[in-house]
Amino acid sequence: MKIVCRCEDISEEDIVKAIDEYGCETLAELKQLLRLGMGHCQGRTCLILAAKILARKTGKSIQEIMPSFRPPVVPVDIGLIGGENEE
Amino acid sequence: MKNEADVVVIGGGINGCAIAYELAKRGKDIIVVERKWLAYGATGRCGAGIRQQWATKENAMLAKKSVEIFEGLSEELGYDIGLRQGGYLIAIHDEEGMKQAKKNVEMQRSIGLPVRIIGEDEIKEIAPILSPEGMEAIAATFCPTDGHANPFKTTYAYAMAAKKLGAEIYKFTEVKDIKVEEGKVKKVITNRGEIKTKYVVNAAGAWSREIGKMVGLEMPNKPVRKEAMVTEPLKRMFDCMVISFKHGIYFSQQDEGQILGGIPSPEEKVGYHTEPTFSFLKHMAHMLGKYAPSLKHVSILRQWTGFYDVTPDALPILGETSIEGFIQCNGFSGHGFMIAPMTARLLAQLICGEKIDMDISRLNMDRFKGEITEEKAVVG
Repeated sequence: MKIVCRCEDISEEDIVKAIDEYGCETLAELKQLLRLGMGHCQGRTCLILAAKILARKTGKSIQEIMPSFRPPVVPVDIGLIGGENEE
Repeated sequence: MKNEADVVVIGGGINGCAIAYELAKRGKDIIVVERKWLAYGATGRCGAGIRQQWATKENAMLAKKSVEIFEGLSEELGYDIGLRQGGYLIAIHDEEGMKQAKKNVEMQRSIGLPVRIIGEDEIKEIAPILSPEGMEAIAATFCPTDGHANPFKTTYAYAMAAKKLGAEIYKFTEVKDIKVEEGKVKKVITNRGEIKTKYVVNAAGAWSREIGKMVGLEMPNKPVRKEAMVTEPLKRMFDCMVISFKHGIYFSQQDEGQILGGIPSPEEKVGYHTEPTFSFLKHMAHMLGKYAPSLKHVSILRQWTGFYDVTPDALPILGETSIEGFIQCNGFSGHGFMIAPMTARLLAQLICGEKIDMDISRLNMDRFKGEITEEKAVVG
């Protein structure tokens, strides 16, 4: 078994199955169904790997299947942004 | 692509997919057209909550009936929808809030909802993470059968079940025009071809008003950018959704452990704006720190935006219009997910000429010609 997304524990087989069973054509759809790239690393490791699997299976280009990126770029503490981290 | 259907549903969100399923179940030939992918719009960006504690009877009834359907939905559709009924805890901040809460609870109990008013001690019992002091709460209302479901799983469950019953779902298919002849719907024109039909369901969420224009209807809906955020996953700490009408905040802990929530942004805008703002993140983090002080040490992973499809009275627009065959299913104003199961069933009954389980004539678009009663129990 090849692990693609380490944060959410998703394998290549999971991705191939989602593409075959649900007809996923974009990374956004894989995110919705599998939580691919939604873990602590923000998809830095897995999204490009998953994009390659999708491109291979659907014949689409990488550009067509990349999702939107959502801030913040790195995880930030709530207390730091909210301005009340006394400790 | 097929070129004919009994009903063309515009929009592959929760409502479009649920209607497709309910109609396909009744033997209708259905095509769903979606400009992007399933749950691309409000459904896939929502807070996932299922609340029955509404101030208007219409919303409370739609939500109550929907919960009854949600409870058996995984089994009915054959796919897990991730339902969890951990309740909704609604903060009460002052005497005025208490008066409104008592009024709401009385109406809600009269339709059979197990809602009650709880004190500060019980707030802490139900969700030990909360600080009534930080929340500035003197009490709360709590309904244990409210809860949460996974919007993606629920949408896909409806879509897959509809497909099994013969419905066609076309993604990346944009509606360009709708042909009307002698006041009747005739044809839907898309970027991938034309579909002959007698019925169109306008379930396009924030883009519904653009679809309305295609048949000459001026709709009062406005797209309003709303923002949400999610933290890293944590071990389970509380089961309920926490909300406040005064602060507009909502947050809950999802199945995977992450805290997901939103609050009205200081830069809230009407129009098709999709950029997330830092001022939202700052405001949300500040308020979360007050409501649940221990969360200050938790990291935020993501923020995003979506649209509320807002009507002047914050109630949905449902049912027939002056154009024969053009059915409205929009204007959900931020709570389309939680009432979708019942809404879909009622509209399917309407289209099929069956006896309708609940009178929804007051939610017709014509109501905006007269005086309106506004739903005030809105958050996010």
